[in-house]
Formats: sequence, structure tokens, C-alpha cells
Amino acid sequence: MAQIRIENVRKEFGSFTAVQSSTFTIEDGEFFMLLGPSGCGKTTTLRMMAGLELPTSGRIYIDGEEVGQKPASQRDIAFVFQMFALYPHMNVRGNISYPLKSQGMPTPQIKAKVAEVAEILGITDILDRPVGGLSGGDRQRVALGRAIVRDPKAFFMDEPLGALDAEFRERMSEELRALHDRMNATTVYVTHDQLEAMQMGDKIVVMNHGVVEQFGVPQDIYDWPATKFVAQFIGSPPMNFLDFEGMIGAGQDTVQLGGTTISVPPSLDGAAGTLTLGIRPEHVRLDDNAAYRGRVVATEYLGTTQIVTLETANGPIKVRAPSSDRIVLGATTGLVFDPRTITLFENDHGRALRSRANEGVLGHG
Amino acid sequence: MAEVCLTGVTKRFGKNAAVDDVTMTIPDGSFVVLLGPTGAGKTTTLRLVSGLDQPDRGRITIDGHDMAGLTPAQRDVAMVFQQYSLYPHMTVRQNLEFPLKSPMLRTPQSEIDRKVGEIAEMLQISSKLDNKATALSGGEMQRVSIGRALVRNPSVYLMDEPLSSLDAKLRADLRLELKSIQAESGATLLYVTHDQIEAMTMATHVGVLDKGRLVQFGSPREIYENPVSIYAASRLGQPRINVLPADIFGGAPSGAASIGLRPEQIEQGEGEESLVQRVEHLGDQTRLHLTCKSHDIVTVTDPHTELKQGDIVRIRPKNPFYFDANGARLA
Repeated sequence: MAQIRIENVRKEFGSFTAVQSSTFTIEDGEFFMLLGPSGCGKTTTLRMMAGLELPTSGRIYIDGEEVGQKPASQRDIAFVFQMFALYPHMNVRGNISYPLKSQGMPTPQIKAKVAEVAEILGITDILDRPVGGLSGGDRQRVALGRAIVRDPKAFFMDEPLGALDAEFRERMSEELRALHDRMNATTVYVTHDQLEAMQMGDKIVVMNHGVVEQFGVPQDIYDWPATKFVAQFIGSPPMNFLDFEGMIGAGQDTVQLGGTTISVPPSLDGAAGTLTLGIRPEHVRLDDNAAYRGRVVATEYLGTTQIVTLETANGPIKVRAPSSDRIVLGATTGLVFDPRTITLFENDHGRALRSRANEGVLGHG
Repeated sequence: MAEVCLTGVTKRFGKNAAVDDVTMTIPDGSFVVLLGPTGAGKTTTLRLVSGLDQPDRGRITIDGHDMAGLTPAQRDVAMVFQQYSLYPHMTVRQNLEFPLKSPMLRTPQSEIDRKVGEIAEMLQISSKLDNKATALSGGEMQRVSIGRALVRNPSVYLMDEPLSSLDAKLRADLRLELKSIQAESGATLLYVTHDQIEAMTMATHVGVLDKGRLVQFGSPREIYENPVSIYAASRLGQPRINVLPADIFGGAPSGAASIGLRPEQIEQGEGEESLVQRVEHLGDQTRLHLTCKSHDIVTVTDPHTELKQGDIVRIRPKNPFYFDANGARLA
């Protein structure tokens, strides 16, 4: 298995720059997510790692060896695509053993290897069935089997669950993650679904317009986004943004929001002008006695919790509240912000201001 | 604006009953979501109401009028399908205007412009109004086809997974928009999805379908808090309800075969020992994958929990659901 390192990798298609200058490291055995909206450069990045595209500049290392300009066949990678294609005229065993046969492996060894993979995937009892009659889940397991059976250095997956319906997708994502935990193979996984990334990933790279916006473990990225883009892209509903005119100095721990003093983590940066206070829906509490006010405009029931949308002097805000709270549409109520969880953003570049709370994640600039 | 009634409606394809004796009232001004996995009969039900298919048995009325033998056009319904169908040779604006340009409606051009502008704004396609329909991305085409239904004022809107091809952020925006359009206009809306978030957040009523049969009909809250069966309970809630043998924690009522536990029905700190298999950080919540007496359980804990793989947590049920051997809820 393998460590993969990307250094200053850039990809241009004519005058269009798909990937600007990416640098990050995927550790051996990690389940690594490339996350972003369509067109952000995540698939291009994956294809460069696999050798299906060659970078315009920059270096790619697999296990310390520079492979940036090597073709895919010399990189020992297994690729699983969104549309898993099986050989329709072969049975399950034929499909899984095919990569080994074409490598010229002796039959007894193939047999043992296929049995082992089938065991891992829980498809031993369908090995001799034709692939035509299989359920969607079993077809996907067979496609995975064909990738696993080669023992490659790493698995690359491009939205492998994208075409499945919601209920089934959730089950398959749990299965994929459990499979990874058993095999500990380095896996790079492309998705535009932030929940999938949070759910399955050990680490996430968030990309936008060909640029790496943030790189880290899921909970850190969720709690301490480096940019407004990340704050909005991760989380459902996304982080709330309350815009205000004001300032904060290095060392200060309050801001003025519509005449109300709001406590924030002690700032390390100073900024003035139009600033944005960012806070996640579950870190806001409804409290009639609080000074900062909002008017309830909508509620969305989610079972355990509900999302309450309020209009404030600084824009709309969504609050995650227990479903047992009875909320009255049109009522005005107070809002309490958990001061430990707030991120302030400057608006020129949408970057988070560094504070005592997020310095561990964002570093020292 | 109309009430839709289905009485004993059955539709067979060969031996297979796609819709099996469904009786359901869709109240005037309600937002009814039909929920169920692939093959449950959701789309067939919608097609029967629209007039694209005819029932083998039973009666469908819209606003009190029997729909038997009426074509889709005669039923005054507006449909949105999962697969967008636009006029490829027209611009986005022309596609949106088309339903209003019907000679029977005689809508003044200023009214058409206002309406199209409003809908385009809401669907975030204002800048694309003068593009050819074929020059749009899949998500944009789908928004135009939703828009084409919304510019009209039919008695009933029928929508079949209209948001499933859109990306997550747009889907969340449009959920709220669709719900508020429906609430403000007072239109009746029948909506098919397999996405439980859409069902929970938009529906006034959810109809749970299982192999063509309507097994529960009620508000999302009723179905979540008071499901009639394991099947209905499993349709709503993330993570999904845990279903375990009834006697695993003791104290099960007689006749109970299984116990159903949603995350909020599991108390941590006391009770049976369980092993933490995996801690899954989703940001706003953290899921614990547990093994208790060799059964897998998924529950939710504090986002910044100190628990890690290999730890022991004690758990016990709090107001659980009990089900009999057939999966039906015990009172």
C-alpha cells in the first residue's frame, strides 16, 4: 500500500486552468476524499494521480517515487467509476478473476484469491451466477471485487455511489467504509456530496475553481472552515453568515452586531469594514430573554431535530432545535450564540480571521 | 386548488399489482409526498392521477369530478418528471411562456413577462432566459421544467422526483422554495420521492407505500413518532431506526418480536454494555456504531465526544417501539 504526495500540481486545458497549484499528502492506508462542486477540478486531480491525465506542471509521488509523467499502466492503481461496467457474458467469478487471468496468474492461485475477495465482500454464494440478474448492490460489490482482487497500491473511486438512490447509497457507503477498515488500503474518493465526505473520509480536501480551499480531518473542517466557501459547502444546512459593519482588534473577544455585544473567541487578527459572523445552526439557541432578536419565518421538521429559519437585522439565520420545541411562525424571539464556536470572516477574499479557537486548525498564517 | 380522492385503486402490469387497492384523500391545498423505495408504486400512483395510465379498478376524483376516461389535458394537472422534457428549439423564456401562450388562456404579454421573470428568479435561471434550452446543463434544464409547471395555475401539481438530478445545495434551496410556493398559492401538490429529507421537510402529509399498498398516511411527525410498522418506521429518520430482538434489554411486552430504537430512544450511561466499533463525525452530529450482545446499533452522540473505537458504553432503551413477528407495531 502507498503514500501519495501531490506537489504544486497544475493542469491546463488550453486557456482553461482546471487545477491551479495543488499540494497535499495522502498517508498510507487513508480513506481520502476529494470534495467540491462540479467543475472544481476534483476529478481532474484524481485522473492525474491515476495517470489518465498528465499534469501541466508539478510532481506526483506514489510511495516516494515520482510518477507524474508515467502512464496509468505503470502506477498499479485500481479505478472504480460511477458507472460500474461488468462483462455481461461472464458470471460473477469470471468478472472478478478477469484481471488476474490477464496478468497470467496460475488457475489455483486465482481460485484462492477470488474466494478470499468474495468472502470479504460477502458474495461467496453468488460466484457462479450470471451478472445479468444481480441487484444493483451485488453488481457494485462485483465491480469492487474486480478492483480489490489485484491488490493494487491504491484504490481510486470517482463518485462510485452517485447513480444510486438515497437509501441504498447510505448502505453502500457504510459497506465501503467497513471494507476499507478491514483492508486498510489507501483509497482516494471523489464526491460532490459533503455528507458522504464527512461520513467516510479520514481526511478531506475541499476544492473550488481548481483551488484547494482546505485540507484536514472532517470535524476540523466542519468546525473551523478556512474560507466562506468551505463554511457554506460543508454542513446541511450550511453555516449561517451574519454580515455587519464593524471591527475587531487582535486580542479582542467581542463584536457589535446590530447594537448587541456578541462574545467571540479571542481574535489573533485585526479587521474592519464589512465582516461576517459565521455560526453553525446547532450552535444557536432560541431564548426569549436574549438581546439579539429574530422573527420566525419557517420551520422544517427532521425527526429528532427541526430547522427554524429566522429573519434578523443582519440577514436570515437557521437554528437547529429539538423537535419537541413548539415554534410559532411569525413570533419574535431571542438568539443566543455559543461564543466558543464562532468564526469571523473578512469579505475581500472570504478568509476566516484567525482566533484562539481556530489557530490549531488554520495554523499561524 | 382541488381535493384528489383515490378509492380502491388498483393497477396491474401482468401478474404484478403495481398499485394495490389504494384509498387515499389528498386534501385541498395539501402537499402530499408518496414515499417508498424503488418499485413501491409511487410513480404508478402519480401516473394514474395524471391520466397517463388508467386504473384497472377503483375511482379517482379531482375536485369531486370522476376522472375516468379523461385525458391528462382534460384533468387540469401540471406535471414535472424526473427526466426533463423541454422544447429543444426554443429558448428558456419561450419554454417557460409556452403554457401561458395557449389561445384559450389569452394571458396579456405584460402578465406573461411578470410571471416568467418571477419564476426564473426563484429558480435561479434569470441569466439564462435567452439561451437555447439545449445549451443548458442538466440541472438547469430540470429547473426550467419545474418552472414550466409553476407558471400555470392548475388544480393539482404532480411531481416525480423533480429535484433528484440537482446538486445538494440547489436541492436544499428549492425544497424551501417549493414548500413556500405551495403554502402561499394554496395549490394541491402530489409529489413522489425516495428522499426522506424531502418528505420530512416539505410534506403536510406523507403516504408510505410498500409493494403497491398504502401502509400509513399522516403528517411526517405522526409517521416518525408513531409508525405502524417496522417498514414505516424505517422510511424516516437518519440514522435509520435500529431493529433488534425484543428481549435484548428485557422488559418486552408479550407478543413482541422486535424492539425499535431511534437514536433519541437510546439512553447512554446506564444499562447493557456495548462496544464502540466506529465513531463517525458528521459535523453537526457524531454517530456511534456499537455492538451490543452481538447486534449492530447506530446511535448519535455529542459532536465532540471523547469516545473512541474500542471503548465500552452502557445503553438502555427509553420509550422504545415494539413490533410483533410480522413487523406490525404493538400498541
